[in-house]
Amino acid sequence: MINTPQEQRILQSKLGRVRGLGSTREGVHHWWAQRMSAVALLPLALWFVFSVISLTGSDYASFTAWAGEFGNSVFLVLLVVTMFHHAQLGLQVVIEDYVHSEIWKVGLLLFVKYGSVVFGFSAIFAILKISIAG
Amino acid sequence: MPDNNRPLSPHLQIYRPQITSILSILHRITGVVLSFAALLLAYWLASAAYGPEAFARAQAFMESGFGRFVLFGFTFSLFYHLCNGIRHIGWDMRFGFELPTLRFTGVIVVLTASALTIITWLMAYGHVGKL
Repeated sequence: MINTPQEQRILQSKLGRVRGLGSTREGVHHWWAQRMSAVALLPLALWFVFSVISLTGSDYASFTAWAGEFGNSVFLVLLVVTMFHHAQLGLQVVIEDYVHSEIWKVGLLLFVKYGSVVFGFSAIFAILKISIAG
Repeated sequence: MPDNNRPLSPHLQIYRPQITSILSILHRITGVVLSFAALLLAYWLASAAYGPEAFARAQAFMESGFGRFVLFGFTFSLFYHLCNGIRHIGWDMRFGFELPTLRFTGVIVVLTASALTIITWLMAYGHVGKL
């Protein structure tokens, strides 16, 4: 395991050194979460587009009937959760890259994080209300 | 603030635009655009939860000229971000870094995203019979 003289002087384990690296001190977690949510969004987004195609021009009754169907409700909730999570992760990177003023950066990051939770939860409760309360 | 006096690397306008750089920034732009699409989806679902009148208002907005323009932009953004996202996953698996491959996959992504956008809109409004 210990190969070089430099590594011999470091008492911290390799895992310990790798954890918490990077400018945000969270290692590869953000990168990995972005990829995992992207892979999950692939089928969910395609399902959503296909559904919306068939929903074009539908009225209130047919839309709520579609969204209230068990399988559709589940997929909608999964889509909303994954989509807002992925969007939040992506917007975070964009803000970190382009907004250099510390106060604006932190403010925008909070806005995006809280905003995605507020809108994501609103969407989920809307789906549940359509699905359960009718 | 001392932060603002730090030396900067040559900025964007110094470099000649190339397909690789254009498609790279387009991935970010479409990603930001899709965040607004997520807001519209949340509004759409919430309007249906509120009742028929609110849902009718949401539908009226999306069927207006401006609404359709926005939805068309969202459609292309989704397909572009999706196709280029697959390209990104390929890079993560160390595939496709050679410059000719990079250009080729870039062109494929743009063509596929455009085709899927057009097909989606033809399918959506083809069976309703109004565009």
